Amino acid sequence: MTLARKYNTAFQRFVLFLTIPLFIACSTAGLYNTRVEASKTSINATLSQDNTIENYISPYRDTITKALSAVISYAPETFDKSKGKWNTTIGNMLAEATFKKADKLFYNSEKKHVDACILNHGGIRSIIPKGPVTQQTAYEIMPFENSLKVVALKGMQIREMAAYIAREGRPHPLAGITLTLNSENQVTTITIQGKPLENEQTYYIASIDYLIGGGDNMQFFATNEGIYDLNYKLRDLYIDYFKETDTLPVITTQHIITK
Amino acid sequence: MNRRDFIQKTAAASALAMGGLSLSSFTSPTIKKITILHTNDVHSHIDPFPADDPKYPNMGGAARRSAVIQQIRQENPNTLLLDAGDIFQGTPYFNFYGGELEFKLMSMMQYDLATMGNHDFDNALEGFKKQLPHAKFEFVSANYDFKNTILDGLVKPYKIFIKDDIKIGVFGLGIELFGLVEKKNYQETVYNDPLGVAQDMARTLRHNEKCDLVICLSHLGFMYKDETSKISDLTLARNTKDIDLIIGGHTHTFLTKPYIEKNTEGKEVLVNQVGCYGLNLGRIDFYFEEGKISSKGKTIVV
Repeated sequence: MTLARKYNTAFQRFVLFLTIPLFIACSTAGLYNTRVEASKTSINATLSQDNTIENYISPYRDTITKALSAVISYAPETFDKSKGKWNTTIGNMLAEATFKKADKLFYNSEKKHVDACILNHGGIRSIIPKGPVTQQTAYEIMPFENSLKVVALKGMQIREMAAYIAREGRPHPLAGITLTLNSENQVTTITIQGKPLENEQTYYIASIDYLIGGGDNMQFFATNEGIYDLNYKLRDLYIDYFKETDTLPVITTQHIITK
Repeated sequence: MNRRDFIQKTAAASALAMGGLSLSSFTSPTIKKITILHTNDVHSHIDPFPADDPKYPNMGGAARRSAVIQQIRQENPNTLLLDAGDIFQGTPYFNFYGGELEFKLMSMMQYDLATMGNHDFDNALEGFKKQLPHAKFEFVSANYDFKNTILDGLVKPYKIFIKDDIKIGVFGLGIELFGLVEKKNYQETVYNDPLGVAQDMARTLRHNEKCDLVICLSHLGFMYKDETSKISDLTLARNTKDIDLIIGGHTHTFLTKPYIEKNTEGKEVLVNQVGCYGLNLGRIDFYFEEGKISSKGKTIVV
């Protein structure tokens, strides 16, 4: 039975083959897609290169390489984000640089001062090795395209921010703000610009678009009194800061104090 | 000879007889071949990755890609070269030159068409428009309405190519910008529902423009596991008709071969995406024959 059925199938196919070319094919003049083949080529070192393209790229590459490798500052020691449980010299320096730049820009546009700055520990993507600092260094520590913003937060929200920092247990870069934690890692005091935090006061916090949008679980930014875009990429901020700083400062300020 | 062999040999004999018939029925039984080459999410990767790169050592590179493209074009001049967006952003070439070199090199490689990815808005509409004079190829997007922006008239919904008398319609689709791109960068660009737009576009290209081949150049993303309501290339393929091929981007999906999905009419739609950073060049060859009906006799080799 099975064999007979197979035979029938083959026979039907034969009829079909005859029918289509004879009655359909010759009666229409159209073109039909009868076959599709797909493949892909891995672009790797085994391939030859188009020298016209290579020669065209060359001057652009040279200009970039030259700009990126030019020495723009000096690191007196290695800055490493893994050195420090609650505070790091790299975090302190980057937050301080961000705070100062943000304050200047914000005062120019809004006639108000920035009170504090928070960045994320995870956002520091490299060490700054002891020795010459270049633009390449800035690309390495900050490969992302995040930009500087200022958020207006009520004191109550700053408490949420402090609770987040204590809960996370990581040395997020801070400037302008000091937290004290008890032995259970609970926040006992918060000062901003040296003064105790007031729940109803509005504070201006410098940070980046990614975090303000809730990145790294920084939900406390969602309840805010306004967001100000300073149109400044964080990497450009670092490059400008390095250019105007002869020797990078080693800041050992304790922004998070544990008792 | 057992029965099975007999059947196979009979079939072969029929095929031979068939070939004879075809030859005698037509003066020139022409088979036309259209080659579609494509990239996506190249992200300003112009140089190969360094030899010590942990993920892609010594891979990629525009000069190598160009050599491959040239060779394929020599084999088949009826080739279209397409890019599915996110040309910008990812290396200092973009930070220093704003996409100028990316567009210039793509022009030298004779790209035919591209669509816009979300990162192509990174220097705002002004930043994109500023680089357009460096592009000798056009951009298409059918669901971004640029009417109230400086890109009005510069990005068209679709483009039609004729290669060896085969009419090929290519339309573009872009991802929702809200929440992904800052408002100041996309300004008054209106995002329209890709599904509705795709249905209209496919109908226009297939039935009004009578295209033999309809291609969707998409930056929607291949698929989203957790977001069933979020439109992707796969949901687009399933819920439309008259599209032959969807070339995708955005999700940096490295497909080993194109995904074959059935559309609302039960016909096959190919969905392809080749990762990112110019690490791969995708290729789909479409063969056309005179007078053979497509839905019955199409063979797909992937």
